[in-house]
Amino acid sequence: MSFFPLVIVLLLMCTAGYWYGSKKALSGVRNNSTSKFITSRPHQFGIYVFIWGMIPPVLLGLIWVVMKLTAGNLDQGLVQQIENVVFPVAIMLGAGAGLYFSIGRISPDLRVRKTIETLVYGVLIIASTISILTTVGIVLSLMFETVQFFGKVPLSEFFFGLTWSPQTALRADQVGSSGAFGSIPLFLGTMLITFIAMCVAVPLGLMSAIYMTEYASDRFRAVVKPLLEILAGIPTVVYGFFAALTVGVFFRDAGDAVGIAVSSESALAAGVVMGMMIIPFVSSLSDDIIMAVPQSLRDGSYGLGATKSETVRKVILPAALPGIVGAVLLAVSRAIGETMIVVMAAGFAANLTANPLEAVTTVTVQIVGLLVGDQEFDSAKTLAAFALALVLFVVTLTLNVIALLVVRKYREKYD
Amino acid sequence: MTDTPNDPKASGWYGEKYSANLKKRHKSERLFRRLGLSAILIALGLLGILLFSIVGKGYTAFIQTYITLDITFSESVIDKDGTRDPVKMRSASYGNLVRDALRKEFPEVTQRRDLRALFGLVSKDATQQLRKMIAADPSLIGKTIPVRMLASDDVDMFEKGYISRDVVQDDRRVKDNELEWLDALQADGAISTHFNTRFFTGGDSREPEMAGIWGAMVGSFYTLIVTFLISFPIGVMSAIYLEEFAPKNKLTDIIEVNINNLAAVPSIVFGLLGLAIFLNVAHLPRSAPLVGGMTLALMTLPTIIIASRAAIRAVPDSIRQAALGLGASPQQAAFHHILPLAMPGILTGTIIGLSQALGETAPLLMIGMVAFIADIPGGVFDPATVMPVQIFLWADSPERAFVEKTSGAIMVLLGFLIFMNAIAVVLRKKFERRW
Repeated sequence: MSFFPLVIVLLLMCTAGYWYGSKKALSGVRNNSTSKFITSRPHQFGIYVFIWGMIPPVLLGLIWVVMKLTAGNLDQGLVQQIENVVFPVAIMLGAGAGLYFSIGRISPDLRVRKTIETLVYGVLIIASTISILTTVGIVLSLMFETVQFFGKVPLSEFFFGLTWSPQTALRADQVGSSGAFGSIPLFLGTMLITFIAMCVAVPLGLMSAIYMTEYASDRFRAVVKPLLEILAGIPTVVYGFFAALTVGVFFRDAGDAVGIAVSSESALAAGVVMGMMIIPFVSSLSDDIIMAVPQSLRDGSYGLGATKSETVRKVILPAALPGIVGAVLLAVSRAIGETMIVVMAAGFAANLTANPLEAVTTVTVQIVGLLVGDQEFDSAKTLAAFALALVLFVVTLTLNVIALLVVRKYREKYD
Repeated sequence: MTDTPNDPKASGWYGEKYSANLKKRHKSERLFRRLGLSAILIALGLLGILLFSIVGKGYTAFIQTYITLDITFSESVIDKDGTRDPVKMRSASYGNLVRDALRKEFPEVTQRRDLRALFGLVSKDATQQLRKMIAADPSLIGKTIPVRMLASDDVDMFEKGYISRDVVQDDRRVKDNELEWLDALQADGAISTHFNTRFFTGGDSREPEMAGIWGAMVGSFYTLIVTFLISFPIGVMSAIYLEEFAPKNKLTDIIEVNINNLAAVPSIVFGLLGLAIFLNVAHLPRSAPLVGGMTLALMTLPTIIIASRAAIRAVPDSIRQAALGLGASPQQAAFHHILPLAMPGILTGTIIGLSQALGETAPLLMIGMVAFIADIPGGVFDPATVMPVQIFLWADSPERAFVEKTSGAIMVLLGFLIFMNAIAVVLRKKFERRW
């Protein structure tokens, strides 16, 4: 029997169990003179039976899937036979047994609600641990491959090497067969692009936040804020396309016009567009932080005769500084992890340069470059991607933790 | 600002020294204010440039150039033996019909190289189109009827004005002789432009004129369904647990911090997680919406949890107390009373999370959704691609005609995002309750 009919039969069985269970619970009260009421509502008895009917099939299904995944080479004919005959029969029997057992247990005194609620509570706990499992999964999977990578490439080369050319040769005697895994150029490239992005995003984002909170009328805010938020909602692939085809070309042509050679995949184009993407991020975070500065500080400053801009510069900004630093750190971590813009607009070649007009590459670009396309799984080339990702993960995590701590500490000061 | 005294001889606060100072201060105040305003204007201007350049490049993707030729469905080409055997007719060389028609239109072209250029005016799709016509209606054999066929991408680009006549021939994709033929066809009224339905109904193709985004749209749909089915229940359950039931202990603290940090992990790291766990350990099919959806679900989970928690927290405690007071169990209070009241907020957060997932590209590159897939996926296990990845693939293609396709696809994607966000806004406006 194939999958879906089986599921439908199972559901029908359990639904019948639900109906019968709730009926039986009610009739138990009606016919029995000793107990005048039931401990739970009738439909909860039904659910109780339903769950009992579903548990054995689900367990059996899980066991079978795990067996199939772990056993490796099973005889196909045998697998077919089990799936077609043994498995459905086992499931039907299991479901039947579960239903029979639970219906037999139903009596007005059975505390079904308690049982169901305990089960639901367990499911809720499991659901909320999934986010932890995700983090553990990320760390473990990255660690596992990274350890393998450092078995092939020494730590010192990865962290201090100046050349990055991860090509793996087909034959051992080929030129450059060893590959070079010095990641310094990637980190420098990432920092360069991030720096450019911050040069765009921080002044623009901060100034718009100041204007929004201190100067703008409510109507202006209501219109402009959502418009700015659009910038954050545009998919990064769109920014990548814009950076590669519009901004990159514009900078190259502008460079040609004044006689400066600008690469069409310049760090400048990628950085500026990335900065553009981060503007709303900086501005909305700073907005919250500036709003959180107590009105009394402003009033005090105005009372002493300061103008609005003097208040902003001399009172509000210093008071909000820790929070703003936190916001900028969050923005930096966002920029470091950004992938599509740099994949499309920055280069793949690892240049060791600080010139924003040349092409540089970043950590995320290399991860994509190493893992897209055909891959053999234990080559240093693929494993390198995981090592880079681990570095990326650790750096962004550290930045976030610091930023959150800073922001939290700052909040406490005024709350 | 209007306090400047009329009497310059006044002393004290109205003295010359002070008024000059005040003037300076007011000037810098105005400057500062203008700076703030111009920052906003620059940001909005950048947004405007972005949208303008996308729309400017992309609006032509929705129309396509066609060439109408008198096609003679000659029996000698389609069905040599006259048996009308559908299998045989399917394998006939329908390209010859197009070539014959072009040859008849331009009898003066005889050079082999010129002929090849001439045949290149019509898209490769014409062969398919004629085959389908015969399969649908074999009685066409022997007749001559005008057939509207897709023009090749170069002709399309020329007709849309992207290829200029004034460029030197060597730098031009459409050569001089091709220009002549096109002019002749134009004069006959054989060249026409129509709405590009294929763009919305077709799968990907190596030929720009034949490429469509329907396949990517279907792929996105399946991926999002999987994402929703996984992340919504888990996210809502986590939120309920953390807000309503969780005891204040180390584990809950860890979960809280963890969710906040997970929200800031770069998306590409989730792709590596998917690659390592779903593909290499669990051996799920590569490029499948199932794996993509699961990966994106893990990524959107923090967004949904955070939004749901905020929505649940916003429900006033009196509701909870009233439910408990009437004899509801804590779980009944949570599921029957608090959850329904928090639902609009939860749904808003979910839609925003899903719209992020819809625009996400990087993690899907990691799990192999970048393959070239021409077929429309039929389920969550079929290899598929999604809209942002399709945009990435087209943006990487060298053909000039793919630029407009890319921009067109971006417009469609942005349309979907606007639609989803509009739903979220409406939900919030309509159902949001201030307690």
